[in-house]
Amino acid sequence: MALPQKESTPIFSDATAGTLRLIVYLALAAVLMVLDHRNDWLHRARYVTAAAIVPIYKLAAAPSDWIHAAGTAFTDRKTLIDENRQLRETLMLAQARLNRMNAVTHQNARLKQLLDTQHLLGMHAQLARLIDVQLGPTRDRVMLNVGVREGVHTGQVLIDSHGVMGQVVETLPHASIAMLVIDPDHSVPVVVSRTGLRGVAHGTGDTGKLVVPNLPLSSDIKPGDQLVTSGLGGRFPAGFPLGTVTRLERDPSGMFLQAFVKPAAELERSGEVLLLRDQPDPVGPPAPAPQFGPPDTLAPDAVAARPRAASAGAGQ
Amino acid sequence: MSRPRAQGWTFWIGIALSLLLMLMPLPTLVQPLKPYWPALVLIYWSLETSDRVSVGLAFGVGLAADLLNGALLGDQALRLAILAFIVLRFRSRLRFFPMWQQALAVWLLLLNNHVLQALIRAFAGDAPMPALSWLAPAVGAIIWPFVFLLLDDVNTRLRGKAT
Repeated sequence: MALPQKESTPIFSDATAGTLRLIVYLALAAVLMVLDHRNDWLHRARYVTAAAIVPIYKLAAAPSDWIHAAGTAFTDRKTLIDENRQLRETLMLAQARLNRMNAVTHQNARLKQLLDTQHLLGMHAQLARLIDVQLGPTRDRVMLNVGVREGVHTGQVLIDSHGVMGQVVETLPHASIAMLVIDPDHSVPVVVSRTGLRGVAHGTGDTGKLVVPNLPLSSDIKPGDQLVTSGLGGRFPAGFPLGTVTRLERDPSGMFLQAFVKPAAELERSGEVLLLRDQPDPVGPPAPAPQFGPPDTLAPDAVAARPRAASAGAGQ
Repeated sequence: MSRPRAQGWTFWIGIALSLLLMLMPLPTLVQPLKPYWPALVLIYWSLETSDRVSVGLAFGVGLAADLLNGALLGDQALRLAILAFIVLRFRSRLRFFPMWQQALAVWLLLLNNHVLQALIRAFAGDAPMPALSWLAPAVGAIIWPFVFLLLDDVNTRLRGKAT
């Protein structure tokens, strides 16, 4: 390919032509990077070529799947029996907890019906499997085996049986990419379940560590506190466990506390995860409560109140 | 006729395998140390034959790699184009280096590649790379002799069979 080039460009020496070509390619790459940064071309290109790309991901993930399968196949009997017993214990414990939860759920439903709530919050979840490939230089993104065709869309929340894992950031026809909570670009609004103290948990890029910065020095928080999602911001539904506070220290300015948090979800393990189907409660204030108490007409200054009530009704 | 074709097959299979190896996960502890496989394979082929690898081809391989696992389209294309350019420019000297000197050169090439990656990530506003990943070029240089011998062996065997 280079030979005809050499003969046809007598103006430049071979070295000059090579350098010129390099400069052209560098310019091209720079333009591509800027355009991609602005317009998100990479996502679109991946979407278009997904039919070719996803099998490659599956192929790359195959060896680690085989290793897992081989590990299962060659585990000896004793380990299996131990594991079985342990699992049964966990199951019984979970069952007991579930029963208690059931009772609470029933009670909750009754109370909600009593209060005439508009709708009951039923969580629908979709089971997804992780495809074990490495995306980018660090391990804070994962690939899932469900995509747009299975009803996945950007922003869906990913949980496992222990807590929040992350959220979907990119979707392909039959696969999607999720950002884990430990990604430095990721933040979750959280609340300390013991005291109700609010904060925002950021990823650190370090597996097994999140940080909640800018807490007042006087705030009531201590190692061992459980953090759950607060539901503020409307992306994550409220009440899912995020992690446990492991350490508190002053931030570099000395004016605030920062809390280091160990995520509750098992981010290192590959396997099945749940994608929450329902978006959490819509952002914004809740709908105005229905009027309680005696009707306006019984108020002492009924004449003054009546037109106001009528206009409020028309406004709704 | 059949010799370039056989070599073409080994070349493309080598590139494809290097892309797969790039995607393959390793245990978390050694993850940042993973060498940059496409660069190693491209270095081998640009040393081996003068007419197969060009800056444009490295650019194309980089685009494919970006499509597979990049954060920014054009990032790896730029880095591999620069790498191929340097190797092709110093090809006649690098070819006759003893193995340890060649490995040293590979280390410098990969280090340059890593610095570029860090710069591009900084410009794009991404999070900095883990500190341990700065050892990845050294790992690449350490395994370079084995990569070289393996590819060379496959290459000579196929060539011997084809002629």
